[in-house]
Amino acid sequence: MLAAQKRAVFVQRPGRQTCVRVCAKVSKKDGEPRVVRGKCFVTKDNIDTDQIIPAEYLTLVPSKPDEYEKLGSYALIGLPDDTYTTRYVKEGEMKTEYPIIIGGQNFGCGSSREHAPVALGAAGAKVCVAESYARIFFRNCIATGELYPCETTVRLCDELKTGSEVTVDMDANVLTDHSTGKTYNLQEIGEAGPVIDAGGIFEYARRQGMIKTA
Amino acid sequence: MSLQATMNAPCATGRVARRSVKVSAISAPPTPARAPSSTGSVKRAMTMTEKILANHSDNSAVKPGDNIWTKVDKLMTHDVCGPGTFGIFQKEFGPNAKVWDNERVVIIPDHYIFTSDARANRNVDILREVAGKYNIKYFYDITDRSNFKANPDYKGVCHVALAQEGHCKPGEVLFGTDSHTCNAGAFGQFATGVGNTDAGFILGTGKLLIKVPPTMRFIMDGEMPEYLLAKDLILQIIGEISVAGATYKAMEFAGSAIEGMNMDERMTICNMVVEAGGKNGVIAPDQTTFDYVKARTQEAFEPVYSDGAASYIADYKWDVSKLEPLVAAPHSPDNRKTARECSDVKIDRVYIGSCTGGKTEDFISAAKLFYRAKRQVKVPTYLVPATQKVWADVYTMPVPGCDGKTAAEIFEESGCITPAAPSCAACLGGPRDTFARMNEPEVCVSTTNRNFPGRMGHKEGQIYLASPYTAAASALKGFVCDPREYM
Repeated sequence: MLAAQKRAVFVQRPGRQTCVRVCAKVSKKDGEPRVVRGKCFVTKDNIDTDQIIPAEYLTLVPSKPDEYEKLGSYALIGLPDDTYTTRYVKEGEMKTEYPIIIGGQNFGCGSSREHAPVALGAAGAKVCVAESYARIFFRNCIATGELYPCETTVRLCDELKTGSEVTVDMDANVLTDHSTGKTYNLQEIGEAGPVIDAGGIFEYARRQGMIKTA
Repeated sequence: MSLQATMNAPCATGRVARRSVKVSAISAPPTPARAPSSTGSVKRAMTMTEKILANHSDNSAVKPGDNIWTKVDKLMTHDVCGPGTFGIFQKEFGPNAKVWDNERVVIIPDHYIFTSDARANRNVDILREVAGKYNIKYFYDITDRSNFKANPDYKGVCHVALAQEGHCKPGEVLFGTDSHTCNAGAFGQFATGVGNTDAGFILGTGKLLIKVPPTMRFIMDGEMPEYLLAKDLILQIIGEISVAGATYKAMEFAGSAIEGMNMDERMTICNMVVEAGGKNGVIAPDQTTFDYVKARTQEAFEPVYSDGAASYIADYKWDVSKLEPLVAAPHSPDNRKTARECSDVKIDRVYIGSCTGGKTEDFISAAKLFYRAKRQVKVPTYLVPATQKVWADVYTMPVPGCDGKTAAEIFEESGCITPAAPSCAACLGGPRDTFARMNEPEVCVSTTNRNFPGRMGHKEGQIYLASPYTAAASALKGFVCDPREYM
């Protein structure tokens, strides 16, 4: 199980008042299994970035810690109310009960706004499991380290129900639905895994010695 | 053998998502046996996209699937993503770091400009601050929001501004923190959208790690009928391959219809590549391209062309003379229908604007149709020129074949709402007080690029994407309307 998220919103580095570190990403510790257990939230095909984070909230700047948190409170608020009766983040709350998002095809299509994976991550999403992803969204998930974009060939969005307890095991590549006991195969997270474990490309590059510490 | 895809009977209605996004395999053009080069090194036949990336990397040749580090010629950002991008840059490279090249970063405020939203205004202030701090040469600032003309540097919509200011050049690599950066592919360059983190990385290093996409080719041949515009062609294509049909792929557009288009029309086509999931779009540069670019910049450039023997992952061909005016019905850009089959759809408003459909050519087209019809619009018709220059064209350029009248005069005579200050405005909703934002659940015909739920504001709004001709015709009818009714 992933350790309870260290949600230190910012850590003041001595002598560097402009350098603020936001620690609300996945940030898996070395040696820990890449496994997430929790309630799942089910969405369908073509969930576009306007549904993930409507444009009116894009005035929030993700690199500012308090605005980062606010973005999380609006995650998936653009989903149509008639088809999605359960909100991803309850009204008045800042965080979600559903660390696992289930999607269909082409999850994250539309805009290049990085606010999309950021809002999901800030809300507390850890992993998305979908049939396929739009490319900019997929790339942004990895670059930011906000959540794992897992792929599966199974149409999970037709099998699972919002609120069911599931386990997403990205080491064994299996998703388990605890309400039914059924298991489903996942594609390998591949090269994206270690980058997201580290917390995004910059942190990964630093750990690899590719760039000097800022 | 190419796939002949002519316009058939209306396609599936009420479709929310295409299940199968697989392109049925189409054999690539036969590759002739290659004789060994006389210099001894045999170069791989490459598409335009592959060549541009090869030229910008350490490889003499690249192939689809290769992960390469590409040099960046230009990086563009705007008011929505700029502050976050520079925030990441400062955090990761340190407060004393400089950007890799202060003349290759173009900062264009355009999204949330004419609003009283304090955070939106603050974001433009942040851009000003970083532009000063990093000595950014190209920052198209705005300080007086009450009068856009009082701001000599302000341009408007980033993608149109990039082209008009001479930042788009054949053979170059452009990244922007906006998905419609693919718009610039019309100039025969590699242009695509990235997020803040990738852009922050480019700011510090001038490079990016990307995967070379395979290329799908779309040949649009024949003579464009007078009722068709570039928008109809790209809607045809997106409707054919779906919103994920080009995911991770380059889309190359060719054919006599493309060659006959001016740069505005070519940009409309490349602009919506992202709506098919495409990584980038390209059109081979020619005299039309060179004339446009040379009129706007003295900087040298080197055009690049696909090799005759290059491999394409898919080939599509259309005879444009057989196509009809189209719309993308709610709620997806691939929900393709003919305009005439939607003629029973009553509408509440029309919107002509955005990088996709707010350029000079778009307004000229709409004005032509209004002039011929000599009637009044039946619904509020919102006009948002993309840039200051487009606004000036609307007010000063005589529309061909319209007795010397300007587009602005024709719009006024037709009862349209006065053209607004140039910006992205309601294309993506924005703050509540944005001009033409859809705050009630209405039905809108729009020349913009997306119609997902809530795109222009209200979640239950219904948006029909269309060409400027179709938008103008619909405004006159009060229903979704095929422009042939007024031609």
